[in-house]
Amino acid sequence: MQLDDLYRQVIMDHYQHPRNQGILAGDALQVDLRNPSCGDEITLQLQVEDGIVKDVRFHGAGCSISMASASMMTEAIKGKPVAEAMKIAKEFHAMLRGEPEEKEEDDLGDLESLHGVSKFPARIKCAALAWEALEKAVRSRGVEE
Amino acid sequence: MNVEAIRKDFPIFEQTINGHPLVYLDSAATSQKPHQVLEVLDHYYREDNANVHRGVHTLGSRATEAYELAREKVARFIHSPSPQQVVFTRGTTESLNMIAYGYARLRLKPGDEIVLTPSEHHSNLIPWQQVARVTGATLKYMPLQPDGRIRLEDAREVITPATKLVAIAQISNVMGTVHPIKELAHLAHRVGAVLVVDGAQGVPHMPTDVQDLDCDFLAFSGHKMCGPTGIGVLYGKASLLEAMEPVYFGGEMIEVVELYDATWKEAPWKFEGGTPIIAGAIGLGAAVDYLESIGLEKIRKHDEQLAQYTLSRLQEVQGLTVYGPALGVERAGLVTFNLGGVHPHDVSTVLDAEGVAIRAGHHCAQPLMKWLGVGSTARASFYLYNNEADVDVLIHALQSAKEFFQHAIG
Repeated sequence: MQLDDLYRQVIMDHYQHPRNQGILAGDALQVDLRNPSCGDEITLQLQVEDGIVKDVRFHGAGCSISMASASMMTEAIKGKPVAEAMKIAKEFHAMLRGEPEEKEEDDLGDLESLHGVSKFPARIKCAALAWEALEKAVRSRGVEE
Repeated sequence: MNVEAIRKDFPIFEQTINGHPLVYLDSAATSQKPHQVLEVLDHYYREDNANVHRGVHTLGSRATEAYELAREKVARFIHSPSPQQVVFTRGTTESLNMIAYGYARLRLKPGDEIVLTPSEHHSNLIPWQQVARVTGATLKYMPLQPDGRIRLEDAREVITPATKLVAIAQISNVMGTVHPIKELAHLAHRVGAVLVVDGAQGVPHMPTDVQDLDCDFLAFSGHKMCGPTGIGVLYGKASLLEAMEPVYFGGEMIEVVELYDATWKEAPWKFEGGTPIIAGAIGLGAAVDYLESIGLEKIRKHDEQLAQYTLSRLQEVQGLTVYGPALGVERAGLVTFNLGGVHPHDVSTVLDAEGVAIRAGHHCAQPLMKWLGVGSTARASFYLYNNEADVDVLIHALQSAKEFFQHAIG
């Protein structure tokens, strides 16, 4: 087991310097999610206009993997149509399950650095937390895709 | 206590984890199993397997005898006046729920009070929340000292004539505090309340004498005391068990069944509806034999010594916060801590890479985490097979975790 496979430099960078951390003004779509097994928590806010994620913010408390994953997610979905954000989420989950990428062009950018999590089964939940919050937000509020 | 010999009884230590010898510091979650218990389980299934209390054939008699012998062993282990006061359950959680459903829910009413501490495990908290919700009774909490201990003068104030039930852990699974059960039993009885003791962390690690403690109910699990998973115990005073209603109805627990009515066996069998956990109970009996062959007082001292040694060595790790009683103050064999700036999950993953198993998370005690002002913590817990070398590996691994994250964060 190689720790460096898990804790890649880019992950630690997002953990140390989270992107899009904070609170959105106005009436953003908000979801609070907890990981009941460990107590990690995240609040995710989305500002969706015409089916596009105009802005996104998160804050929460958790381990390096969960917070870095949240930070990377906000970068990956900001400015994207909701449908595309959900597609990225699907690809990300597949990566966490250790499934090979379907197409070459499905490059997840910084998110690829979380690939190593698939080798640490106990930590998959950590990486998935922010994404579950995203999916919950889209599902529960009936955001147009 | 010969820890080296004891370690040889536990086959799990014959392996390496991620290339390192296993250092198992998570016995508060579940203990490892000695071959003496594994062999009894194996023997039961190979040689004696049959259902209990019904067949008249030879195997049926053997299985019944072994099952009831296990009950006698457990009764002796906790100094129960009679084996009939030992109910076999699935574990602490089920035992506590049985008290909540079969006893408390049928007796409490609005205005009655249930007294707890904020450090209870969820299994000794949520059943009482449910009882309060259904009966209209109120939950009240004894205050904790900063190190997690309770003061009897505070308990005296919270336990009033309105109190009908007091529920508390013998040992806190997070703080490692050892609670004054005997004194609390006295305070509860003074106002006519019953005392429910969550013995999940206590019974495996210290001598427990229910008659001396004078507790009304005691719940504990087999798997934390070298026994199999899926078996636990509910002890109750005879009159209370008699007054308590069964929670599960069906075969095994009945006396006479008519088309429109039925009567129950007496305790403990009326609480053991369905085919009981036969192998589990027999395995627990073997675990009791094993622990008694070493001595619970020796185990208690050994565990505490390791905890104290850990506390002293943790002082070498900079930026570390330790929860619970300070070095030198009585505590159980577990130490809860946080490594400043590094999340317990990350600590645990780095430790695991060195073969060290600790617990990271909220330890099924979310209100206590809130009270401590943290989201989660790391916990190292000890048992009879741990030694100081295990602690040394832990300290070394913690230093590496710290260095690794300092380096990674840059």
